[in-house]
This record gives sequence, C-alpha cells and structure tokens, in this order.
Amino acid sequence: MRYISKPVRKVDGMALVKGKPLYTNDLAPEDCLVVLALRSPYAYARIRSIDVSKALLVKGVECVLTYKDMPDIRFTKAGQTYPEPSPYDRKILDEYVRYVGDEVALVGAVNEKAARQALRMIKVDYEVLKPVLDYKTAIDNESVVHMEKDYINARFCNTAPERNILTYGEESNGDVEAEFAASDLIVEETYEIQAQEQSMMETFRTYTYLDHNDRLVCVTSTQVPFHVRRQLSRALGIPQTRIRVVKPRIGGGFGAKQTVVSEFYPAVVTLKTGRAAKMIYSRQETFACSNSRHQMQVHVKVGANSDGHIRAIEVDALSNQGAYGEHGTTTIGLVGHKSIPLYNQAEAFRFKWHTVYTNMMPGGAFRGYGATQGIFAVESAVNELAIKLGMDSSLIREKNMLHFGEILKAYYNEPLTSCALDRCIVRGKEMIGWDEKYPMKKISETKVRGVGMAIAMQGSGISNVDVSSAEIKLNDGGYYTLKIGSTDMGTGCDTILTQIAAETLLADMDKFIIAQVDTDVSPYDPGSYASSTTYVAGMAVFNAATSLKNKIIYEGARMIDPDKYGDREAPFNPKKFFFTGEKVIEVSTGKFVTLDEIAISCAGGIQGNYLNATGFYSSPTSPPPLMAGFAEVELDLETGKYELLDFAAVVDCGTVINANLARVQTEGGIAQGIGLAMYEDVHYSEKGKMMTNSFMQYKIPSRVDISKIRVDFESSYEPSGPYGAKSIGEIVVNTPAPAIADALRNAAGINMRSLPITPEKVFMALQEKNKES
Amino acid sequence: MFTAQAYAMPQNVDEAYQILTAKNTNCILGGCAWLRLGQRRIHTAVDLSACGLDFIREDEAHIEIGAMTSYRKVETDPIILGNFSGVLSRAVAPIIGTQFRNTVTVGGSVFSRFGFSDFLTPLLALETSVVLHAGGTLPLETFMNMPYKKDILEKIVINKNGAEVSYQMLRNAEADFPIVNLAAAKTADTVKVTVGARSGKAVIAAETSAYLTEHMDTLDDSAVHQHAAKLLEKEVQFTSNMRASAVYRAQMAKVLLGRALKEVSGC
Amino acid sequence: MLIHIYINEKLTEIQCDADTMLMEVLRKAGCKSVKCGCETTNCGLCTVWLEGTPVLSCSVPAARCDKKHVTTLEGVQEEAEKIGSLLVDEGADQCGFCSPGLIMNIIAMKKELTNPDEDQIKHYLAGNLCRCTGYMAQMRAVKKYMEVE
Repeated sequence: MRYISKPVRKVDGMALVKGKPLYTNDLAPEDCLVVLALRSPYAYARIRSIDVSKALLVKGVECVLTYKDMPDIRFTKAGQTYPEPSPYDRKILDEYVRYVGDEVALVGAVNEKAARQALRMIKVDYEVLKPVLDYKTAIDNESVVHMEKDYINARFCNTAPERNILTYGEESNGDVEAEFAASDLIVEETYEIQAQEQSMMETFRTYTYLDHNDRLVCVTSTQVPFHVRRQLSRALGIPQTRIRVVKPRIGGGFGAKQTVVSEFYPAVVTLKTGRAAKMIYSRQETFACSNSRHQMQVHVKVGANSDGHIRAIEVDALSNQGAYGEHGTTTIGLVGHKSIPLYNQAEAFRFKWHTVYTNMMPGGAFRGYGATQGIFAVESAVNELAIKLGMDSSLIREKNMLHFGEILKAYYNEPLTSCALDRCIVRGKEMIGWDEKYPMKKISETKVRGVGMAIAMQGSGISNVDVSSAEIKLNDGGYYTLKIGSTDMGTGCDTILTQIAAETLLADMDKFIIAQVDTDVSPYDPGSYASSTTYVAGMAVFNAATSLKNKIIYEGARMIDPDKYGDREAPFNPKKFFFTGEKVIEVSTGKFVTLDEIAISCAGGIQGNYLNATGFYSSPTSPPPLMAGFAEVELDLETGKYELLDFAAVVDCGTVINANLARVQTEGGIAQGIGLAMYEDVHYSEKGKMMTNSFMQYKIPSRVDISKIRVDFESSYEPSGPYGAKSIGEIVVNTPAPAIADALRNAAGINMRSLPITPEKVFMALQEKNKES
Repeated sequence: MFTAQAYAMPQNVDEAYQILTAKNTNCILGGCAWLRLGQRRIHTAVDLSACGLDFIREDEAHIEIGAMTSYRKVETDPIILGNFSGVLSRAVAPIIGTQFRNTVTVGGSVFSRFGFSDFLTPLLALETSVVLHAGGTLPLETFMNMPYKKDILEKIVINKNGAEVSYQMLRNAEADFPIVNLAAAKTADTVKVTVGARSGKAVIAAETSAYLTEHMDTLDDSAVHQHAAKLLEKEVQFTSNMRASAVYRAQMAKVLLGRALKEVSGC
Repeated sequence: MLIHIYINEKLTEIQCDADTMLMEVLRKAGCKSVKCGCETTNCGLCTVWLEGTPVLSCSVPAARCDKKHVTTLEGVQEEAEKIGSLLVDEGADQCGFCSPGLIMNIIAMKKELTNPDEDQIKHYLAGNLCRCTGYMAQMRAVKKYMEVE
C-alpha cells in the first residue's frame, strides 16, 4: 500500500497552521453589509406589532426586515437528504417566536456598530404566551408549541404536534414480557443526558452576494452545501438554478453545521438590497440560538439469568426537541438502534420513543446523534447488572455482545460483516491494567481509584439514504483533479479521499488537485455527517478511480497498438495490460506508453478524448464501527471531586485509512465525551433563557483538564468499504460517559445516572450511600 | 457590547482622576478582559497604562502591587514567589490562561470585587490595604464592603506579617471559576480565615478566626477542626448558582478549612 | 482617532474609535490569522504579542497600543512553519481555526521556558481551547518543538 493506513499529512495542513486567510470571514468582501438579528427575549410569544421606522433612520442601515417581509413558506433547517425526515415547522421570520433567542427581525447595515444601534431602535410589542420549559411535562401540556395550520410532517413517522409530540413509536422483537418474567435479575433505571453543545471553534457564519448572472452566491461554513442550496431555494422561494453554495475551509462542525443556521439571513438581505452581506454568529448566539445535542431521559430495563446471560432489553427514550424539529425524528432512532444491538444474544428487545416540542433551543445533530445518549443509558444499565451479578464488567460483555457474522436484530436485521470488538476489549484491558486495577484500589483514607468500561457502536453512513458521487479527471499534464461534494471540516476528508484515489490510481498524492466544494461544479454529495465520508464518499472515489484507471488502460492500449485496439466499438480484456501509475504496459509484448503521453494525447490532442470518470456509491447497509473505552479515576471522598487519570480506547474502524487522522479523531471525540461526562452543563433560567451561553459558563475541556487519552486500533476488514474501511467520526464520543460512571461505581459503589457527573452530584451520592450503610 | 466616545491616556493619576470625575459616564479601564461583556455606554475611557502603576516592589515591612500590574506578573514575580510561600502566585496561576493573565490587571480585578475571585480570598487573609486616589488608604476588608464609588485604585499594600498562608479551592473544570475557595493565614499571634466564591465575594470568617486564634497551638487537632468547621458553616453565608448549591459549598468550605489548617500548622 | 501601531514591524497608521479593540484593527490591516472565538476571553484564538508578550487582542483597546509593537502569525511565518510542520506531522492541525492563536502562544512559551515538563506546557497553553484534537496530538508536536532546538 502506498498511502492506506499511513500517517499522511493533511493536504491543507500547512496553509492552516500558517494562518492563511481561508475561512468564510477571511474571504468576505470588506464592504459587505453586516447582518444582525434581533432575538426574542421571551420563550414563547406572538408579535402583536413591530415598528422598525426608527431603526431605519440609523445612519448606515440599509434594511430592517420582519416576518412581514418574508416569504410565507415553512421549511426545515435540518441538512438532510430530500425528502427530509424533519418537519417543515419554521419560517425565516415568523409571527410567533418559540424560544429565547428566536429571530424576530434582521438588520443589514454598513458596519456592526450601526447594525447594533438599529437593533436597539426596533420596537416590538409581544403577546407573551406560557412556554413549555420542562420536556418531561411537554406531552399534552396546556401550551402547544406548534399549532400552525401549515405544519408539515409525518411523511415518515407518527406525529402529534397538537400534543407537543414531534414523533413517537415502538418496535420490538421476541416476547419481551416473557423474557423479563423468566429473568433471575432485573435492572431498571432512568438515565439523563444533557443538551451538550458542539462548541466548534469557528461559529456559524455566511456571506452572500449576487454574481454577474444575478445568482445568489452563498459562501458558508457548512457541512452540507447541497442541502443548503435546496433549503435556501425552498425558504427564499427562488429556484435552485439561481443559487450557488461554496464551502471554504471550516473551523469545525461536529454536526452543528449539518443544520442550516446562518445562511438564510444574509441571503435574504442580499436579495432585498442587492448588496453583499455577511452574518457572523457571536459565541453567545452559537450557544443559545442554534442547535445542540438532544437532551434526553432514557429508561432502561435489562433482564438476565444469574449466569450473566442477558435475555431482554427494553429502552424507552424521551427526547427534548426544543422549539423546532431539526433532526428530531431521526436522532431518536439511534438511541435504540445503536445500543440494543450491542447485546445481540438477547432473546427479545423493545424500543419505545417520544420526541417532544418545548420552548427551548432546538436539538440538532451532534457527533453520536442519539447513539451517545442510548449508549450511556444501556451501558450504564449493563454495568449495574454486572455489579448485581458480581461479574466483571468485561466478562458480561464477552458473554452477551454481538459477533462477526451474526444478524443484528435490533439494527435493521443487518449482518455484521466485520467485527474486532473482542480484540478491542482484550487490548483495552491490557492498556488500562484492568486485571490489576479492577474494580478499585484504596489510595489513602480519603482517596480511592476505580476503573470502568463501556463498549459502543455507530454506523457508517445512512443505509439506503446516503449517496455520494465523485469525479476524477486526467489533466493534460498527467495529473488529476479530484472533485468531491463531501465537506472537509477539519477532519481531513480531502486528504483521506485523495489517499484513496492515489492508492487506486497508483499515483503520488501531489499529482492530485482536490477541488473546494462548490455546488456549481462539484458532484452531488449530501455532505459530511452520519459518519459517511470515509465509507460512502470513499467508495464513490474508489469507484471513480477504478473507472478512470480502466479508461486510462483503454486509451493506453489504443496508443500502444492502434491496429489491435483502435476500434472503440470492439471490446478487449483490460487485463492484457498492466497499469503502474506511470505507464500502461502491454503484458505480452512489454510495449508501453506513459501516463503523460496518454494525458496530453487525450486532453490536448486533436482526438479530444478527455478522460474523466464518475464514481457513485449508495450503501444498502451501514456497517458499524465498534470500540471499547476504559477509564481510570481517582476520587476524593471528602469532596466528590475526581480526576480522570487515564482513558484508554481501542477502536475497530475496519481498515485505518490515515493513521494520524484516525488517532486524532479518536482523541478529540473522547475529549468531547469526557466533557459530556464531567462538566459540560446546560442551564436555563426559570423563564427559559439559556444561562450557559459562553465559554465562561459552559466549560469544554481545556488542556489542563485532559490528563491522558490513549488510543489503539484493532482492525477488521469491512468488505463493503474502501480498502476495508468503516467510519470513525462519531463512535469515538460514546464510551467516556458510561466508562467514567462505571469507574466511579467501581471506586465507591455509587451510581451516577445523570450527566454531567459533577463533583457535587458525586458528593451527594456518597452522602446518600453513607446514610444507607 | 460596550461603547466609548473618547479615549484618554493621562500621564499621571491626578490627571486621570480629573478626567474620570469630569463626567458621570467616564470610566477607568483596567485589563479590559470583560469590558465587552457589558453594555456600558462610556463617554471617556481612561487608560492608566501611562500612569506608572505597573510595579511590584517590597521593602522590609510591605509588598506593593501597582494597579496596572498583570496577573501574569503576580504569578511569576520573584517578590511574590518569595513571600508567603508564593501563595498569591499559586492563587492566580490557574486562571484561564497565560494570555488572559497577561491581559488582566490587579487593579481591575480588586476594584471589581468579583465574587469568584481567586485573588481576593488569600489577599483578604493577609493584612492587605488598598490605596485609593481619593479615598485614601483603607483595609481591604473595609473596601470589600464599600459600595462601588468612582475612584482610582493605585496600588495594594500587603504587610509582611510573616504569616503561613494556605489557599484552597475547588473547581468543576480546571479552567473554570472556583465553586468555593478558602484561605487561612497564621501569624505569630492570630489565625485568619477567609472564604470566597460562596458564590458572593470573599469574607472574613470572624468567629472562626477568633476561635482558631484561641486554639492556635492545637490547629492540627481534629476536635478543633470540627468545631471551627461548625462555626464557619454558621457564620458564612453560602448561596446557590449554576456551579454549585449552597449546601455543597458549605460542606466543601468545611473540608477546605481542614486542609488549610493542616497546611498552616505544618502537618 | 488616529493611532500608529507597529504591526509586524511595519508602522501602520490606523483610524479607529475609542472602543475599537486591537483584534479588529489587525484584521482590517490584513492579519486574518487573528480569529475571534468568543466574547469572554476564554478561547485564546485571538492571541497576538503586544511588545513581545502574548495577549488577547479581543480585549486590548486599540488605542492602548498606540506606538507599540504588535506581532501576529503573519509576522513570524518562519517560526510558524517550524512548529506548524510538527503539528501537521501529528494530524494536530485539524480544522486549523485555533492554530494561529495557539502557535503564537507556543512560540512565546519557547522564549520564556526552557525544558518544560508536560504540566508546565499544559499550564502555559491552558488558555488556548481546541475542540477537535483532545490536545494529545498537539502535546506530541509541542514537545518535539520544545526539544528540537
């Protein structure tokens, strides 16, 4: 292998570290209008009247727009494949505002100062309505979040917006009640997961302008350029032909930018004024006026024999959607679909769910996408079961977990075509020193150490939904242009996809130009989300490269021996030729032609048979990557404060395509999981205002918070993936929370069932436990 | 976002004070770290950078820290490191990051009297006074309890009383504000305990301090710890906020007290 | 008001307001490496040197820098190449948005500390948040950089 599994440097790396102007706001024209939004101070209200006359008088203000200026069209901001499974339940600006921070009006001004001043001059008379601020009492609440007549949903699921239910449902397999009845032991508990914030370093931002053909050009920090084009078209009521979306370098996404957040507002200002406009979200807006992980309460019941065999699992999830339905109907599915199948030996399972509207910030996509919530709950329940059984928590997994070749009943009956989870557990135990440290060690009168573990799965793309296409052309100079629609958001997919193309075409990577995503010229791709890029787009690139390789061979053959192979209608076996990457050689004669000769002849020659290949991939399955995570904590019994001494993780992502990038994905995902587990917390005021709307109040892990993260890989080979690869982007966030909770359980006999596990919660649990004993 | 109409860079404190008091909305700039968080409408922003207030110096009896001295300087200065076992340096060191500590100033921080301050709690446990341009020299404790009034904080002065000082704090995440903090200072004849991040601003635990002063020869005695902890819980007000509940803060303050006493009694 | 700042050693005349912060001035002057990541001084993305000392340019009034020397990543490209290259070797560049501020602080650290241990490095760089990497790969690169020369 030339490039596969190697620690290849990111192709854009040096430009990024040298601080080149490559991001949206670096590229926006200096004289573009600055767009700011006036946001609702109320969690739920109707706008009785709105007076913008004074704001319009502010010097430098070009426009002030309210819901009266907007198209009367409902749409979703969720960046998903059409037809979107998210409801059309919002407008660019609406007469109703449904959470604190919801957009009320837009100002476009020549500078930020003028725009700010104008915001203060807008007079709004609100009819304040009673908000729904507790998702546990949202169903059949006296207040209804969405009562509009033109609400559109339910093309894929049960819905009852009049009851504040976005979606609900149930599925099961086997006789769940009988299995529980036959179980020797039952664990039944409720777990809570907070609305974690993606917190990418670059906030949402977009600039727009009209080009020479009066088309709207939208340069934006997005994971989903093609979905942006479609959503803008619907929301603005203009045809897609009038919209071009360009994605420059992106300062992180983690799912946040799978929702179309900042794009609509400058676009509408540009259309109204004809001027270039930009909108840069503040950190505060990014925290409080965009989207986050779905807050959930997950009830789990596990029944087992006394020998440790798990007979049945039931998962019942309640998800807080917030004010608008983005990603609500899909996220909830992963809660069960990515947790229950881990215990595939169970005879029966049941999965029930409700996703409810509230007057809080909408949930959206965030790495893990429901799986994180489900896995925290199910893994915690299984760990509690292990304690009850007096069984090592790694052994209960060995006994019950999924295996290669099995049909996964709770995962759409997909067969497990690659799996190294058993080796991941063995290796992880070695790394953490499980056998010496399990379950705990007393360090002093006030300090104890404990180890804990969890396993996880995710998918690789969305089966039967995700499609990706890629194009590669051979340029006249014997080098290639790779065109993809997948969006590199810092993860390195431009590099990884180039590696796959270079490997397949036996070429050096510096022979590739990788084009920036531009919906005018890039091939269609839904974007980078759902752990789809390496697996789905990787296959599209592999297919394109394979197809181009064959075309090169055919052209080479014709040049080597025009008499024999010159007839384009007459097929021949390409195996008669050998392609080295540099030359096409006729095996029988040793005659050859170089790639450069082929390239110039095809692209620049008079015959003009310019070589270009398209690859396409859509997967009927979504092969799960798997992993095991191990935590070691040291707990101060006097304060409840604990330190995560070590986190060891072993991942099966199939073939590792890029050794460095896979490692950093894993380390970074684990750090996010540690934040979720330990201190990333969301607080609202009684009136529904988010209080944790800054890095001052919402703490993501800093460098000093992370002591040690160690990562290793146990590769399997996924036959349907490019060079045997599966995904890695999302799975890595899932194990820290349940593993850390388990380490605390083993250290001190406490069950931490609500995230984040703060020192105060631990202290209270210790007090409770002391009282009991 | 704040706004300011004019910017003044006076060359001495007298001049600065004149500008400050010339208009109601004139305002002193400290390190400016959190200026952008507010909505202040400032007429003239008065920058003290050129007033010669960036210094740390000592004589036999005092340490003086100028108002425009950065936290980073407090953290790394040999005078601070060489006194009170470097407790003030250790107190400011975990605050956010180097660039932040290079940016924020002692004056801005002390004058603001933030509840979550890591700096004020040990400072209050020492014999510290503040020197105000108009208000003169005041004990830090008096200043802490005064209403906010326009003035210029020129410097803080710490008596070299030879105290053994311990600073204890608890944080959820390391780069966060403390949930609660506590300092204990033991001189030849007194023990003083201060508690901050309650979540209100730092206070002296007077009864606890008096009790410990009476028992200063047996600070390592657990019965003394326990009684002191009880007094502390009774006299110090704790409140709840996002970071912790009042109950937890009170419990933790007692734990931190025990640790501080151990440290100052040399155990 | 009119001020003069030596931006990367080049004396630059700047028209700004009393409430203009250094970050805005620098970006307008073409130093786009200077990024804004928060409003609360927590992220470190806007780190530049003021008279050689790393500060948060979001929180320094431009007027305070009159006649002073300010350095951004654009002014230390050679050194950026060295540490940057080590970061890229580890895959630690990731989205790159926090890189300029981080690198300014790493270079400052190198001038200030000799042979620091991991804890000292973490402590020095604590104010540079990164959401992509989990910091481990950055640490590997920084350790190499601190030992290399």
